[in-house]
Amino acid sequence: MNLTFSPEEQAFRAQVRRFLADALPGDIRERVRLGRHLRADDHLRWQNILSAQGWLAANWPTEHGGPGWGPVERHIFDEECAAAHAPTVVPFGVNMVAPVIMKFGSPEQQQHYLPRILSNQDWWCQGYSEPGAGSDLAGLNTRAVREGDHYIVNGQKTWTTLGQHANMLFCLVRTNPDAKKQAGISFLLIDMQSPGITVRPIITLDGAHEVNEVFLDNVRVPVENRVGEEGQGWTCAKFLLTHERTGIAGLGHAKQALRHLKSLASRIEHRGKPLLALPSFRLRVVKAELELMALEVTNLRVIAATRDGGAPGAESSLLKVRGSELRQELSELTRRALGPAALPFFPDFLHGDAPLDDANAQSASASAQYFNRRKLSIYGGANEIQKSIVAKTILEM
Amino acid sequence: MDFALTDEQRMLEETLTRLVADQVSPTQRRAMLDAPRQAPSTLWRTFAELGLLHMPFSEAVGGLGGDGTDLMIIMQALGRGLVPEAYVAGLVLPGQLLALTANSVQQTRWLAPLLEGEHQLALAWQEHGARYDAFAVSTQAIKHNVQWRLTGRKDVVLNLEAAAAYLVTARLESGKLGLFILPAGTPGLSLHLYRTMDDQAAGDLTLDDVTLPDENCLSEDVSEALIDVLALGRAALCADAIGAMEEACDQTLAYLKDRKQFGLPLATFQALQHRMVDMHLHLEQSRSMAILACTSLSLPADERDYKIAAAKAYCGESARFIAEQAIQLHGGMGMTEECHVAHYAKHLVMFDHYLGDSDYHLETVSDQLSVA
Ligand SMILES: Cc1cc2nc3c(=O)[nH]c(=O)nc-3n(C[C@H](O)[C@H](O)[C@H](O)COP(=O)(O)OP(=O)(O)OC[C@H]3O[C@@H](n4cnc5c(N)ncnc54)[C@H](O)[C@@H]3O)c2cc1C
Repeated sequence: MNLTFSPEEQAFRAQVRRFLADALPGDIRERVRLGRHLRADDHLRWQNILSAQGWLAANWPTEHGGPGWGPVERHIFDEECAAAHAPTVVPFGVNMVAPVIMKFGSPEQQQHYLPRILSNQDWWCQGYSEPGAGSDLAGLNTRAVREGDHYIVNGQKTWTTLGQHANMLFCLVRTNPDAKKQAGISFLLIDMQSPGITVRPIITLDGAHEVNEVFLDNVRVPVENRVGEEGQGWTCAKFLLTHERTGIAGLGHAKQALRHLKSLASRIEHRGKPLLALPSFRLRVVKAELELMALEVTNLRVIAATRDGGAPGAESSLLKVRGSELRQELSELTRRALGPAALPFFPDFLHGDAPLDDANAQSASASAQYFNRRKLSIYGGANEIQKSIVAKTILEM
Repeated sequence: MDFALTDEQRMLEETLTRLVADQVSPTQRRAMLDAPRQAPSTLWRTFAELGLLHMPFSEAVGGLGGDGTDLMIIMQALGRGLVPEAYVAGLVLPGQLLALTANSVQQTRWLAPLLEGEHQLALAWQEHGARYDAFAVSTQAIKHNVQWRLTGRKDVVLNLEAAAAYLVTARLESGKLGLFILPAGTPGLSLHLYRTMDDQAAGDLTLDDVTLPDENCLSEDVSEALIDVLALGRAALCADAIGAMEEACDQTLAYLKDRKQFGLPLATFQALQHRMVDMHLHLEQSRSMAILACTSLSLPADERDYKIAAAKAYCGESARFIAEQAIQLHGGMGMTEECHVAHYAKHLVMFDHYLGDSDYHLETVSDQLSVA
């Protein structure tokens, strides 16, 4: 066994690092570093730069315009991006709907949508969850009724991340109410500009507008916008969820957060000494360090197992549980390290363009991020649900 | 040993619980938070009429002589409703410091109107980079003849905007810690106002060569009084957190019974039942610690501070556990501004950032750990 990266992989890391240093616009880097919300234009500017470099679709095969990286390269790329304070690529098009279209879509759908994703022409959002269907996703109620060569869609989606910027929605709908729960579901691609669609913001407890409700009222969707067969939506959905969970450990982010925490806690003084020397605090940082070391190797083990293609199975549930817990713990320790300086809340700075003095700006996002990171154990299948998956599929309980 | 409340205390609890339920619904609370800060609110005037503003002060200074248990009852009820009134920051802490340090002229000028609800005050003890250490003070006060000149900066002063005056600690030439009262609007003061993460009105206070007459000096050696008052504040905050924990647990339990997934109420899933029990355990253990803290206020300082540090550290950890689980068990709902439990969660997490967090207080306990 050998846990070191090969010379080629190290050279790749150096190449990515150089690119990030040259290409990432300073204002965007600063917004990410300070934990300020990115505007639609910030996302697009960065994604256009990645697209021009051919690195936007990190997990696509070359035949569709991807860079042809393996899991190790993708891992290195993610890690370097987080370290450089690059924005996370909005995943719904590139990483979620695209693999589904590649796997289940018609040649026409592939020719139409994939290039548009690659060039950032379309901004996709994910319409899975509903008010009554969260953990029990298959309990969804949004109805699609066939009328000639259209579906008429009625219902409500919720928690739609960045739906306010999106022009396309991939959506699970019930086409057959009489079939078994999972069997009656189909996968539709819906133009957000269609008459009958209303998007309403949901403000989260950190004051951010990140998620939305999407109402569908007699929305007409051409039948050719269905991916796969009617009733095959659940297969698409499950396939997509495994892709949603690759890179789910958020290792790059965790590493960056731990680096930041250590630097912060050695600069902040507690009774004349660095906070990092305070035993109760130090011990928690040490434990986070250990958890991260273990997670990194576990992640590499999963990566190595999938190197020759194929999405990871239930192991990704383990990565998600531990990764989210670790990132939450790091956000907790960062907030805590700041002491009273974590109290002031500047929403107009964090979520808007209001200026703020430098001292406050440096610590402004810690508490808001702590609360925002609670989502990591809720979305993409809550941790309780992930544990049930592990119990069932790995432990066969 | 007696855990029972007196008849008066039970009445106080009932009255206050009813008042909070009637006047601080989530919608009313939002409106109160959005209202301008200066004038005493209707609710504050009701507090005055009910004697709540007199309660925590000794009869010697015109108070009702309430004890730690009375304070606990009040704080717990306010915590349950997340009542946006600065009962601790604007009344108890500055008032108690005045009671301990001010002469009779100063008391008539500042303390009497405070107890009548005519004005509120603020206590500026915390400084940038000092974390929770009330004695790492670099604000300076220098005496020139009969005048004092103060320069420095105080951070995260609660109730700053509404306060008629600020009690400010400053290092004197003697090396001792002095205490001054600065009326709002005194030349040389500047305020940077904001809300805290849990919606409390606060701000930073900068003192740029502020000149004060000698009658505004409350004490030239405030250390002991400050320690007493911070202990009182910590005990009060523990009780406040208990109220908020109770409500967060109740709301979560109700949600688990109401919300269905997979055709069943969430409350039927054993993983969630056990989690809910853990929340309940944290609450009950913290309740015990808060009782310990509030009934320790009249003990000798060393013993009192040991117990209160233990309680504050314990409640800090529990408050966070309960907050995190309350959000988690509400799923996406728990992440929203619209969901009431999210506001309890914010208050419970930020509890640790007021008057010293768990690490700070664990260190105190650890330094004095009794091995007998
Ligand atoms: C910030 C954010 C962004 C999101 N973005 C999107 C998006 O873009 N598109 C989209 O479709 N969805 C999105 N979601 C929705 C997300 O996938 C759901 O919130 C998630 O599936 C949980 O569903 P729920 O919120 O309805 O919680 P519920 O399903 O009601 O669960 C509540 C709690 O009960 C637990 N629970 C439920 N069932 C069981 C069980 N059987 N055993 C044990 N515990 C159980 C859960 O783990 C959770 O802790 C987002 C959510 C958040 C918070």
